[in-house]
Amino acid sequence: MNRVPPRPNRPVYLDNQATTRCDPRVLAVMLPWFSEQYGNPHSVEHVMGTAAETAAEEARAHVAALIGAEPREVVFTSGATESNNIAIKGAARHALRSGSDRRRIITVATEHKCVMESVADLKADGFEPMFLPVRPDGLLDPETLRDALAVPTLLVSIMTVNNETGVVQDIPALAAIAKAAGALFHTDAAQGVGKVPIDVTAWKVDLLSLSSHKIYGPKGVGALFVRRRPRVRLVPLFSGGGQERGLRSGTLPAPLVIGLGEACRLAQAEMADEAKRIADLRTRLLDRLHTELPEVRVNATMTARIPGNLNLTFPTVTAAELMARTPDLCVSTGSACSSAEVEPSYVLTALGLPPDEAARTLRIGIGRFTSAADVDFAAAALAAAHAGRPMHAVTQA
Amino acid sequence: MHYLDANATEPLRPTARAAMLAALEVTGNPSSVHGAGRAARRVVESARVTLAAQFGGRPEDLVFTSGATEANALAIHALGAGDGPRRRRVILGATEHDSVRAAAPDAAVLQVDRQGVADLEALAELLSDALANDPGPALVCLILANNETGTLQPITEAAKLCRHRGAWLHVDAVQAAGRIPVDLAALGAHSLALSSHKLGGPMGAGALLLAPEVSAITALIRGGGQERGRRGGTPPVPAIAGFAAAAAFGLPRLTEPRDAETQHDAATSCDAEIAHNAATIRDADSLPDAATLRDAIERIAVNAGALVCGGAAPRLANTTCLALPGVRADAQVIALDLDGIAVSAGAACSSGKVTSSHVLAAMGLGALAGEAIRVSLPWNATAADVDAFAAAYPRMAARLRAALAPRAA
Repeated sequence: MNRVPPRPNRPVYLDNQATTRCDPRVLAVMLPWFSEQYGNPHSVEHVMGTAAETAAEEARAHVAALIGAEPREVVFTSGATESNNIAIKGAARHALRSGSDRRRIITVATEHKCVMESVADLKADGFEPMFLPVRPDGLLDPETLRDALAVPTLLVSIMTVNNETGVVQDIPALAAIAKAAGALFHTDAAQGVGKVPIDVTAWKVDLLSLSSHKIYGPKGVGALFVRRRPRVRLVPLFSGGGQERGLRSGTLPAPLVIGLGEACRLAQAEMADEAKRIADLRTRLLDRLHTELPEVRVNATMTARIPGNLNLTFPTVTAAELMARTPDLCVSTGSACSSAEVEPSYVLTALGLPPDEAARTLRIGIGRFTSAADVDFAAAALAAAHAGRPMHAVTQA
Repeated sequence: MHYLDANATEPLRPTARAAMLAALEVTGNPSSVHGAGRAARRVVESARVTLAAQFGGRPEDLVFTSGATEANALAIHALGAGDGPRRRRVILGATEHDSVRAAAPDAAVLQVDRQGVADLEALAELLSDALANDPGPALVCLILANNETGTLQPITEAAKLCRHRGAWLHVDAVQAAGRIPVDLAALGAHSLALSSHKLGGPMGAGALLLAPEVSAITALIRGGGQERGRRGGTPPVPAIAGFAAAAAFGLPRLTEPRDAETQHDAATSCDAEIAHNAATIRDADSLPDAATLRDAIERIAVNAGALVCGGAAPRLANTTCLALPGVRADAQVIALDLDGIAVSAGAACSSGKVTSSHVLAAMGLGALAGEAIRVSLPWNATAADVDAFAAAYPRMAARLRAALAPRAA
C-alpha cells in the first residue's frame, strides 16, 4: 500500500450531489447584503430597499442567462423542492380551474421524492399519476413516453440529471415528444444546472426547477423557470404579499438570492473547464479503485452522465459497513433525504438492482473543491475498508 | 441614511451574523448520515432547541420554513385542513398580514376597534355562529403585533375563548417576536408563525411552532420527508443558525415552566405583562429605550400636524403609524427618503402599490388610511436617528401641505 496518501486534515467530502460547499467567492458577494445593505428588496420607497432590489434583479439575470431564459421568466423560491411543488401542483390546479379535461400526469420512477410525492398527491384532486420505468442504464426510452401519451396528458415531469446515478436524460427529445402530444413539460434540473449546458429555449421546456446549494451557492434559495411565450399559468402554492409576480409570496431573501446569482454566473463561466477537470478526477478515482477491486461495478450509463457522479456496487461489503469503516470519507448510500432509511433505494430498484446489490451500492459525488489527493485517499480508503483492513493501515501507510 | 423601517426587515444582529458565518462553513446536508451531514444536522437541531425554548414550545413541535409567509400558509393549510373532510371554518382578524388573508380568502372577518384591537365579544359571537352554521369547529387567526401600527392583540383572552369553543388559534407573531416576550404555551394558542429577518436574523428562514396536540400536520411543500414529513426540502442551515442566534439575543423567557393549575392565572395576566415588558426589553441591549425614541418621534410629528394611528392601544415600543391629513403616504415616504430617512407607507410587501392600508381602513380611519406612514425603529436605533427625523419630518410636512394649499383653495 505504498500508494496510499496520508490521512487528510479534515474529512474528504465526496457527496456533492447531497449539497456543496458554498464557494468563498459566492460568500464574498453575499456578505455585504447581510449587514451593510440590509434593506427589504420590496421596500422600493427608500434607497436601501431599491439597492437590494437592484442587486436581486441582477442575480435574476445571472440565473436566467445560465439556463437560456429571460430574467422575468425566473421565479425565486426557497429551493428546488418548493420549485417542484409549485410547478407540478400549480400546473395541475390551474388546469382544474381553467376547465381542462387532461388528467394524466406522467413522471419517471427514478425522480426525486418531492416530484414523486407532488405527482402522487394530485390523485386526490382527480388526476391520474403515472410513473414510467427506466431502462437498466437509467435512461427513459422515448417510446415508453410516447405510449404513455396516448391518453391526453396535462403534464410530463422528467428530471434532467438523476441525483443518485448522475444519468442525464435526453430532455430536448423527451420534451419534443411531450409537446407534440399537447402536454406541458417540467424538468427538475437541480442536479443538472451548472453541470451540463441547459437552454430552456432550445429545449422547449415549459418549467424548470433549480437549486442554489447544489451549485456552490447558499442553502435556502432556488428558482423556477416559468415560460412566458407561450405563457405557462400556475396557481401558487401559497399567497401573501404578491411578490414574484404573485407566484411566490414572501420577502425575497436578498443575500441568498444574490448568492444564487453569483453561483450561476461562476457556473456559466467555469462549467466547461470544471467538467473536464472533474471528469479526469472521476477517471482517476475509478482507475485506482478498479486496480484494487476489479469487481466494483458502475451502475447506469457512463456516456450520458454528469462528470462528477459514480454509483458503485461493491462485491461483498455493504455500503453502510463501508461508510462505517471510512469515517474520514463523506459519501452516501443515495439521496440525502432518505439517508437514514433502511429500505433499498427506489432509484436502484428501478434500474433492476436486487436488494442485496442495492445494499452494497455507494454514491460518490466529485465537485469543484475535490483534489486529486482527495480521490486518491477515497480509492485507497474504500479498498482498505472493503478488504477489512482498519483505517490506520491506510493512514499510516 | 437613517433606517427607520425595521418592521420591513431588522438589521442583522452581530451574534446572528457570527452564527450564520460559522454555519456557512459547514458543508454537509443535514439529512446526510456522514460526519459533514451530522455536523449540519447539529446546527439545525440546536437552533430548533433554542427557538422552541425561546417561544414556549417543544423542539419536536417546531417546523422550519422559508419564512413567515410560508409558516402562515402552512398553519392555515394544516390546521384549517384545506378542503379535506376535517376542514375548519376560518375566522381572521381584520388587520391580519396579507399572507394570512391570502391563505383563507373566504374567511369570516373579526372586526377591530378604532385602535386596531380585536373585538372579543364579536369573536365570541363568531365562534357561536361557527357552531350554529357549521358542525365543525373553527380556526381563528390573529396577529400578535400588527406590522403597520404595532398594536397588540389580546391573545390570551382570545385563546381562552377559542379553547372554550373547541376552536384553534393561530398567531402570527412575526413582529412581536424579538421585541416582546412571546410564549406559545403561556398565550394558550395552537400555533405561532415566526420570521428570522424580522427579529434580527438573516432572511430566508422562519418557523411554525405548534402546540403538542396539533403538531402532527400535513405538509404544504412535500418532499424528502424532512421536518418529520411536515416540510420537504433541504433546510437553509446558515439562515437557521442566524435565526436562533438572533432570537436568543437578550430576551429573557416570559414564563418558567409551570403546572396546569397555575397556568390559567398566569395566562390572565399575560397580556398586561406583555404590554408592560414591551418597554423594558431593550434595556438589555444597552441602547436607548425604544419607547422613549418612539415617543420623541411622535411628539415631533404631532407638532407638525400628524395623528398617531392606534396610539391609545397597547403597542410595540418600536412602531408608530403617523397620518398626515391630506398628504398622500407615498409622497411623504419619497420626500423623507430624499432627506435620508427610510420609512414606509404600510407593509413592505405592498410597497409600490397605490392601494391604501387595509389595516387602517379596518380601524375606521377613512381617507387617513392612504395618508399614513410607518416609522419602525430597528434594534440599533439611536438618538441621532430621532434628531434626523426631527429635522426632516416638519420640513416634509410643511412643503407637502403648502403644495396642497392651492388645490384646497
